[in-house]
Amino acid sequence: MSILVIAEHDNNNLKASTLNTVTAASQLGGDVSLLVAGCNIEGVINESQTIDGVSKIIKCDNEIYKNFIAEDLSALVMEIADQHTHILAPATTFGKNLMPRVAAKIDSQQVSDIISVEADDTYKRPIYAGSCIATVKSNDDIKVITVRSTAFDAAGMSNSGVQVEELQGTDSLGISSFVSEELAKSDRPELTSANIVISGGRGMQSGDNFHLLDSIADKLGAAVGASRAAVDAGFVPNDYQVGQTGKIVAPDLYIAVGISGAIQHLAGMKDSKVIVAINKDEDAPIFQVADYGLVADLFTALPELESSI
Amino acid sequence: MKILVPIKRVVDYNVKVRPLSDNSDVDLNNVKMAVNPFCEIALEEAVRLKESGQASEVVAVSVGKSESQEQLRTALALGADRATLVESDSVLEPLAISKVLKKVVEDENPDLIILGKQAIDGDNNQTGQMLAALLDYPQATNASEVKLDSTNVEVTREIDGGLQTLKLNVPAIITTDLRLNEPRYASLPNIMKAKKKELNVIPLADLGLDTTSRTELLSVELPPSREAGVMVESVDELMDKLKNEAKVIQ
Ligand SMILES: Cc1cc2nc3c(=O)[nH]c(=O)nc-3n(C[C@H](O)[C@H](O)[C@H](O)COP(=O)(O)OP(=O)(O)OC[C@H]3O[C@@H](n4cnc5c(N)ncnc54)[C@H](O)[C@@H]3O)c2cc1C
Ligand SMILES: Nc1ncnc2c1ncn2[C@@H]1O[C@H](COP(=O)(O)O)[C@@H](O)[C@H]1O
Repeated sequence: MSILVIAEHDNNNLKASTLNTVTAASQLGGDVSLLVAGCNIEGVINESQTIDGVSKIIKCDNEIYKNFIAEDLSALVMEIADQHTHILAPATTFGKNLMPRVAAKIDSQQVSDIISVEADDTYKRPIYAGSCIATVKSNDDIKVITVRSTAFDAAGMSNSGVQVEELQGTDSLGISSFVSEELAKSDRPELTSANIVISGGRGMQSGDNFHLLDSIADKLGAAVGASRAAVDAGFVPNDYQVGQTGKIVAPDLYIAVGISGAIQHLAGMKDSKVIVAINKDEDAPIFQVADYGLVADLFTALPELESSI
Repeated sequence: MKILVPIKRVVDYNVKVRPLSDNSDVDLNNVKMAVNPFCEIALEEAVRLKESGQASEVVAVSVGKSESQEQLRTALALGADRATLVESDSVLEPLAISKVLKKVVEDENPDLIILGKQAIDGDNNQTGQMLAALLDYPQATNASEVKLDSTNVEVTREIDGGLQTLKLNVPAIITTDLRLNEPRYASLPNIMKAKKKELNVIPLADLGLDTTSRTELLSVELPPSREAGVMVESVDELMDKLKNEAKVIQ
């Protein structure tokens, strides 16, 4: 078996999700190669060479891949696809955008968002917003898989000197082009890899009130998230959304404030180790998944919480 | 400009789906079905482009059981001009569905195909990208804004770190995110009018495609349930539990 992992990175650093995906790949049993495609990626290559469980790095440094356009990147993956039995990427917006394009090109039915490896051809994955867990066996020759990063530990980084092979890029298809990007800047940890997440919902009432969460997050070294209702109301940007259609998080501690606990929200956070809910409605469904529930008005509870840390 | 909108019949998003007692599949007996929410957003975007004079025709298409005609009627009531059902009794996987949709595209020659980013049953998030690959069309997934001109479409996408804008040659494939628009409700007169609109049914077998499943569903189970938690009376008690019982805060 020969496994290919597509690295997610920003041309400077690896994304943590790549490390979780390598762990899933290692559980399949077999050699794991890591494809790192981008532009001016020396730093990413150096980092990649330290990942435990990776036996080869395939490097493609080319202007064309700078913005990870799926049309071009899938064409590159196609060049080496048939040398592998499995192709994996994280189930982030990067992997979700790219992998089905690869899968269709090699006539393989992708298995999305796996949460466990049962055998080299059998995986578990959530369906219906995580209401059920399906066990799925793939009969395709080359298995295309996206990996839910919160379900796998990060691979260690104590390796050294993993061999690097260079791959020539293909020409750009020229059917789509990058225009611009607006990336949120934050000094806080990334939502999907933070140890503590504190999220606000519609109950926060305004974007300004999110400062109540910000100051607690700063004290705890936590990331700040939100429900869809809070994002839709414009309180916070879209990349804060936790849930079925937002980000999946599983921190050691998740604090839900003014969030009712709709199934679509729970889908994104119910695998957290410890869940705290603060809500003024004692019947809010969020309390059914909370380890610790506090029925209180958030506008009195949050300042108290901040001063007690 | 012609726009094709693939629509999927799925369980209503309020239904909590459970496994069958023999764990062979999910239990969909007597549950409420609806248009997949992301497909409603796709349709709304297409209808708005038509209403603003940028598109001339909106065609809805679904692949599925005969009952999917209900969802196509809804699409017609929401503003689609006509609809096609490719009827299949078996449940198809995204790869097979994209092969069917490719045939429909070759037949209809739309300039734009707008799909949902994911169907909330299997949560696969594959079909749009697969269709784009099969057709060699450009793609923009997770769209939160769509701007059209005659040869290009500019799409802003929701990505993990924020927003990204791409320019695609037409014909192109777009998949919708939740914030692209807020779908309208069908009015009674439009529901009545929809009954007279054209709804064409094609048996899957007529397309001569190999749509056999590539994966096997071995079992469906409930996720591990969480132990019931406790209610605390005050912030102080909460902090005490987090520090000394759960030990997640120093
Ligand atoms: C296809 C689809 C996908 C979706 N995907 C997602 C997703 O990914 N993520 C997501 O979150 N949602 C998602 N949703 C939306 C979801 O169904 C809910 O509508 C949403 O999660 C509700 O957000 P909320 O809990 O903040 O708001 P509400 O349900 O309105 O709850 C607000 C809560 O705040 C409490 N509250 C109000 N004021 C105070 C106060 N002063 N002090 C304390 N508590 C207070 C109230 O008691 C209430 O429980 C999706 C929906 C659909 C249809
Ligand atoms: N059976 C189907 N018929 C028509 N469109 C579909 C079907 N299945 C999926 N789609 C389209 O593909 C999108 C993504 O679905 P999925 O890849 O299953 O998550 C949906 O929002 C629809 O627009």
